[in-house]
Amino acid sequence: MKRVFAKPDRWKMFFRQFPKELEKLGLQSLPIVAIISVFIGFIMTMQTKLNTSNPLLPVYTTGLVTRDTLLLEFSSTILCLILAGKVGSNIASEIGTMRITEQIDALEIMGVNSANYLILPKIAAFIIMMPFLVIFSMALGLFGGYFVGILTSIMTTGDYLIGIQYAFVPFYVFYSLLKSMLFAFIISSVAAYYGYYAYGGALDVGKASTNAVVNGSVLILFFNILITKIMLN
Amino acid sequence: MIEVKNVDKSFDGNHVLKNVSAVFETGKTNMIIGASGSGKTVLMKSVIGLHRIDNGRIEYDGRNLPDMRMSEIRILRREVGMLFQGSALFDSLSVLENVMYPLEMFSPTTRDEMEARAIFCLKHVSLAEKSYGLAPSEISGGMQKRVAIARAIALQPKYLFCDEPNSGLDPKTSLIIDQLIHEITHEFSITTIINSHDMNSVMEIGENIIFIEKGEKAWQGNKDDIFHVDSKALNDFVFASQLFKQVRKVNQ
Repeated sequence: MKRVFAKPDRWKMFFRQFPKELEKLGLQSLPIVAIISVFIGFIMTMQTKLNTSNPLLPVYTTGLVTRDTLLLEFSSTILCLILAGKVGSNIASEIGTMRITEQIDALEIMGVNSANYLILPKIAAFIIMMPFLVIFSMALGLFGGYFVGILTSIMTTGDYLIGIQYAFVPFYVFYSLLKSMLFAFIISSVAAYYGYYAYGGALDVGKASTNAVVNGSVLILFFNILITKIMLN
Repeated sequence: MIEVKNVDKSFDGNHVLKNVSAVFETGKTNMIIGASGSGKTVLMKSVIGLHRIDNGRIEYDGRNLPDMRMSEIRILRREVGMLFQGSALFDSLSVLENVMYPLEMFSPTTRDEMEARAIFCLKHVSLAEKSYGLAPSEISGGMQKRVAIARAIALQPKYLFCDEPNSGLDPKTSLIIDQLIHEITHEFSITTIINSHDMNSVMEIGENIIFIEKGEKAWQGNKDDIFHVDSKALNDFVFASQLFKQVRKVNQ
């Protein structure tokens, strides 16, 4: 950790690597985030509507439930669990392959702080990109729910729009963004750890990648409970 | 010059290097030879500082490596070039960018000067200009080794380490790589240490040879002496191949 967060040998090299990581870890995650968010928003709205058909419930219930579920859990926690798979395995396998092909040794022999050069731009880029991915996911999730009103006859778009605006708590967005940044740190640092300390051959890089995803996901679930207890209780 | 004095190294109670002392001379191709598992790789990694030794001294022109702090070791390593067994080129960079990398990291020169230096190094290892923009995966193993040599000499190192430089290469390319290392060593007066078990390389470029057996220095000399040594272990190693057995017969 100390070596990762040390001052870079050359800021120029850090800032050359940083945009590449923003693109690779953040922008390249947009398609999967978009697809999952729209579909989950759609299905969540549909399921809520179909399973809360009590006439005593107000018309805005479905929209409200969809919005709060998206804001509080899906677009931060569940999205991060999905990204732990995509981004975590990417980071672990990339660094792990560099380790077993002696590229990390080559950096060390040159006198480069390899942990800092390889890991810091990834952690920084992913933490910075994560809030944008979460906001993107929230917007598309809500948009997916809106489609239920257009494509089916189980509810109107008007009822849905009322629901997603009803009793809105802006703090939920802040809470969601904050915890997603913590999760971004967990995903990138756990994956980098397993990749950096990989040894052996291709099989071991695969194991490192699996360990990164599994342990990153478990830590996300654990810290989700902790941060929810602290911030929402 | 690198001097190794009474070096010991153990892993979990397994004594791998036993009181090894050797001198690696400047401007010469110094070779560490020995059978697999003899401890030659551990010796080389200890000299570079990738393994911390248990006892002894490793002096780079009088500077004792085990006494140095990590920050000092990293500064020393800027005087070191290394050719890895698998070349260890960076996949994400082109051939030219690979050679420019150490310059960009540590050289205070402008980008144009860095590029000029990188091209000079690549030309020095006879690499065709059309390959400069290619990725390492797009060039042959022999070309990768040349790029790795160019990268290793980019910062004009005082010390060059080569770990099995001929591994995976055909005999002709091996010879070219050996000669290239030899030329560079003499031209830039570098202290070169080559870890090898290839007797062809030893006979081609071995100027100062250290034979390691079971973690101990069993013999030190040059390629002219190696055929006339009264050591069973060294003879078993040197004359393992039919070719060298024939050479011995002819000599006798």
